[in-house]
Amino acid sequence: MSTSEPPGFDTLSLHAGSAPDPTTGARATPIYFSSSFVFDDSDHAASLFNMERAGHVYSRISNPTNAVLEERIAALEGGVAGLAVASGQAALHVGISTIAGAGSHIVASRALYGGSQNLLAYTLKRFGIDTTFVDPRDLDAWRAAIRPNTKVLFAETLGNPGLDVLNIPAVAELAHEHYLPLMLDSTFTTPYLLRPFDHGADVLFHSATKFLCGHGTAIGGLLVDGGRFDWQKAYDSSGRFAELCEPYEGFHGMVFSEESSVAAFALRARREGVRDFGACMSPHNAFAILQGMETLSLRMDKHVANTRKVIEFLLAHPAVESVSYPELDSHPDYELAKNLLPKGCGAVFTFVLKGNRAAGAKLVESLQIFSHLANVGDAKSLIIHPASTTHFRVPAEQLTASGITEGTLRLSIGLENVDDLIADLSQGLKTALKGV
Amino acid sequence: MIRVQDSLAYYYSAGKAYNAGLPTLVFIHGAQNDHSVWSLQSRYFAYHGVNVLAVDLPGHGRSHGPALTSIEAGARWLIELLDAVGVQQASLIGHSMGSLIALDAARQHPTRVTRLALLGNAYPMKVADALLVMARDDEPAAIDMVNSWSHLHNTQRTANPGFNLQGSAKRLMRRMSEINPAQLFFTDFSACNNYQQGEAATTELNLQQLPVLFVVAQQDRMTPGKSSAKLRAAVTHARVVEIQHCGHSMMTEQPDAVLAALRGFFKS
Repeated sequence: MSTSEPPGFDTLSLHAGSAPDPTTGARATPIYFSSSFVFDDSDHAASLFNMERAGHVYSRISNPTNAVLEERIAALEGGVAGLAVASGQAALHVGISTIAGAGSHIVASRALYGGSQNLLAYTLKRFGIDTTFVDPRDLDAWRAAIRPNTKVLFAETLGNPGLDVLNIPAVAELAHEHYLPLMLDSTFTTPYLLRPFDHGADVLFHSATKFLCGHGTAIGGLLVDGGRFDWQKAYDSSGRFAELCEPYEGFHGMVFSEESSVAAFALRARREGVRDFGACMSPHNAFAILQGMETLSLRMDKHVANTRKVIEFLLAHPAVESVSYPELDSHPDYELAKNLLPKGCGAVFTFVLKGNRAAGAKLVESLQIFSHLANVGDAKSLIIHPASTTHFRVPAEQLTASGITEGTLRLSIGLENVDDLIADLSQGLKTALKGV
Repeated sequence: MIRVQDSLAYYYSAGKAYNAGLPTLVFIHGAQNDHSVWSLQSRYFAYHGVNVLAVDLPGHGRSHGPALTSIEAGARWLIELLDAVGVQQASLIGHSMGSLIALDAARQHPTRVTRLALLGNAYPMKVADALLVMARDDEPAAIDMVNSWSHLHNTQRTANPGFNLQGSAKRLMRRMSEINPAQLFFTDFSACNNYQQGEAATTELNLQQLPVLFVVAQQDRMTPGKSSAKLRAAVTHARVVEIQHCGHSMMTEQPDAVLAALRGFFKS
């Protein structure tokens, strides 16, 4: 592998960051199930602790199996460094806490996963970090919400639950005009469908539990530093990001932006974020996610192909009121999606069933292949009825404000034979209509 | 930051103030790069009893001013930086273009230099015409090509956990383009291409009996080992260390092996 041409996506999915194990010759990445790693001598130990040399000390901070996963996601995304953490939620927390603290402010899309919404709206607020939520499609709202203490603009590549496609180039440009980075949750799109750094984003994360792992097994999060944002320039111009550009007492006065001109964010995220908050990933989970990523493009192509056929079926079904998917010209981001997501808009979408909450619940209960659970991005197809589960206690008028009706169902289309999925939905819809 | 030749100059010292009682190591980066390529060697030495000055050459990284157009000018600037800091004598460690600057600083001011470590050196350091033209007309493409040629594998694992080795190197070069859009890569390559003082430098090195370390990467396709053979043969007190399984970007590809080579040289 020494040609001058950069490797393709599939080659990176299989090889980036890995090599046959030098000790045993094992071709698969071994699970280095060891909490800690032996030092050569006292000087070696001291220099590893002080970041004078590279290597592993303790698996909370880094681990050889996790490192392969981190390097692989960084390569696939076109970033400079990755960081494996315990969950997507941990990735968001480490990402924000690396550059924000008490007195900081965040501008975030209001179309977010519920866990992200909770962290920003309630939990971080308790620690002095305020968030203003804006309509992700409203550039004026993003601009108006920026304050002198704003540290980051945050959104999802495909918003929840309406699949709002973020206009990444426009929001990134706005962020950069204010010397701010754009951080994205890229879970729904994966690097196969969209590489946000190519469009101007600066930091991103994945709930690797979803499509990257792909089989509904391991929980994990991956934070990726794009290396494009010039923290020093932002500090010089706006006074923001002393966290990266001034001596850090917690690490011998290290100035992260001096240590690394392009990966200061990743350095602090590891040296403070996982070191102190401790939300590390098990190497077992890293192995499971690596296995999933080896087949990412194959799976995503089939996820998307199956999704398109299921949507075609639903659109023609008399029990279906509407389907929301950015590849449909009825979706407000149809044109933007064609530009940013030419390979497809993923495998998660919502549709609205005619009828009331009971009809939705009935449909979910009558399906035989679709699993009723609160996850997405599994090889197996999934369904959830927000009005009878996650939003059960929410009054109808508030549901509408969240983009959810009593008949909204969210599907995550898996890799089964699509004819079987359609047959399952067909019998389920028939049963649901009978039951109301 | 310190003022050198009427412009602000930056050097990394791991946050430590210069101590006139300690020996000094000066690290000089290559074309389209900055001090951070040395992070896994410079920080080590800074915490092991020496002053470290890992410079950003003019027009690179944090140092202001236009990029210097010749190796000789780079060497003059380096000596003036030593003057500004108050360093009388230092050992110079240069990589690629930086190795020529180190070499020429020793030629111009042999008594200011105690030892030389030349990594990824070639003399003459001829740059292929096609690459020169690419650097002038399409800098991003030149960056991509040079990075691919500078690394052993393009999917390789890094010693530094979590880092995308080639992605980081490429991004650093692109950052240099953003900071200095005035054809930096072409300027640096042209300086390497035009340098002709190697023989004169060798004479000075031998007169001063200066110890010189050549660090050669086994799979270096930018400056293959044979491209410094003539210079090595002409230096009386030359030592050669070959780094196995390594391309031109040796400080990040094999950081421990490079560190071991430097430690061995400066201990002896």
